[in-house]
Amino acid sequence: MSELESLYQEVILDHNRRPRNFKVLESANRKAEGFNPLCGDRVTIYLEVDDEVVKDVAFQGSGCAISMASSSIMTESLKGKSLVEVERLWTTFHDIVTGESDESSGQTDVGKLAVFGGVSKYPVRVKCATLTWHTLLAALHETQQAVSSE
Amino acid sequence: MSATHRVVATADHQGESLWLDVPKIRADFPALQQKIHGQPLVYLDNAATSQKPQVVLDAIQRAYACDNANIHRGVHELSVRATDAFEASRRTVQQTLNAAHSQEIIFVRGTTEAINLVAHSYAGRRVRQGDEIIISAMEHHSNIVPWQVLCEEKGARLRVIPVADSGELVLDEYEKLLSSKTRLVAITHVSSVLGSINPVQRMIEMARVWDVPVLLDGAQAVPHLKVDVRELDCDFYAFSGHKVLGPTGIGVLYGKKDLLESMPPYQTGGSMIESVRFEKTTYASLPEKFEAGTPHIAGGIGLGPALDYLNALGLDRVKAYEEELLAYTTERLLEIPGLRILGLAKEKACVLSFVLGEIHPHDIGTILDQHGIAIRTGHHCAQPLMDRFGVPATARASFSFYNTRDEVDRLAKGLVKVTEVFS
Repeated sequence: MSELESLYQEVILDHNRRPRNFKVLESANRKAEGFNPLCGDRVTIYLEVDDEVVKDVAFQGSGCAISMASSSIMTESLKGKSLVEVERLWTTFHDIVTGESDESSGQTDVGKLAVFGGVSKYPVRVKCATLTWHTLLAALHETQQAVSSE
Repeated sequence: MSATHRVVATADHQGESLWLDVPKIRADFPALQQKIHGQPLVYLDNAATSQKPQVVLDAIQRAYACDNANIHRGVHELSVRATDAFEASRRTVQQTLNAAHSQEIIFVRGTTEAINLVAHSYAGRRVRQGDEIIISAMEHHSNIVPWQVLCEEKGARLRVIPVADSGELVLDEYEKLLSSKTRLVAITHVSSVLGSINPVQRMIEMARVWDVPVLLDGAQAVPHLKVDVRELDCDFYAFSGHKVLGPTGIGVLYGKKDLLESMPPYQTGGSMIESVRFEKTTYASLPEKFEAGTPHIAGGIGLGPALDYLNALGLDRVKAYEEELLAYTTERLLEIPGLRILGLAKEKACVLSFVLGEIHPHDIGTILDQHGIAIRTGHHCAQPLMDRFGVPATARASFSFYNTRDEVDRLAKGLVKVTEVFS
């Protein structure tokens, strides 16, 4: 697989075309907005958190294929996870997109997030993949200020 | 199409054939002689910065290796050489812009600093509450924010000339905006996003009716057009060296002598003084009054040969060649299904902003880069213009006289590959 094919894997293209959980979440009790001023990517994350567990999550926004797919796949990965598990998933994701993931570490909850491994070959695109995660953390921590990836 | 790079345009009024020997020209640019991701570089980000010819690199090298000294102060030989080279560049700028006096050429860091200088030293002293400054909807952030900040400070109002769908300024609206409240008109000569060449001569004449001075942002004009500040009768003209074959960190503010003389310094310190006493300091005359501190000497020295190079090619030839390239590129890009070009002004420089179906410009940029093609993607420091056209970002291919039809073909092929990835 070429570097380009590994960046734009079919799973990523599919999530870009048909983003999952792409809606306003009426039951949300946490919300945050993220913005990448460099490329104009915008994302809003809606979370319903109950008893330290993500009951439901959705997003809205616009951006490049990497950013849209990252939001879509992230929302799929979060449902039912405890906040501790979410933080752990973020660390795993960060390692994947920056090329620091250690295959031997025996991470088992990587799942679909592994498709973002190709991003690590494109350092300028890492922000595209991580914006939505930074926004998610802001929503979890109930940060008032909009997240900027710059 | 690819048999020749020599594009023969129509004969000019003197009957001289307008052609450029592009293969020979390309050999003068070391950065163009490389491969990116295994493919020959196609550099189409000239509106961001141009590549530099060897003569400019040599001049910078010589400035540091042979003639390195501070200017305007030493009696020693090196300082004399450095000063002569720096001042020779000022005269080259003066001749290029056809300014009346070399003192009207102020060296600054770039267009941004030039505009800030005028906002601070000219407009800052004249604009009062209720006054108005006119800009256009196609300005770069550097010709928006300084005026916005000033207007906020003074309680003045920023008025904006709208842009038509064609990418042209709506002059009827401009005429309505002009009034006795207008203190300054600050507009771009050529749009960095749409490529539109604005009818600045006419717009200056319209401002004259109200006795309003005009600043032109020439960052995208000087590399492509013959600019004559006296014929235009503009009051201020700003451009950056790095977009016109020269070094980064050096740029020019042209201002009419009487205006510059009436303005207080922008920055204060060394070089810009005549005498300093603790009771009173008197300022140096032009241009030093606006050149506090040691300037970017090597940058200034490098700018002269850059403009000489362009002038030797001839801006008539450059313009004719680039017009031909624009027509060809427009035709090739419009063949691609789903591609929409933003800005199709009748008078246009070879800058093409486009969107491609639902594909985000960032994805276009990454895929083209893998094929050795460098374009710009994003909002191009013109967010209000993106809003005007209802897009968050665009892809932009911007050309120079050293680009070729072959490169246009590679861009078109690359874009087809982009659509294949996202099909």
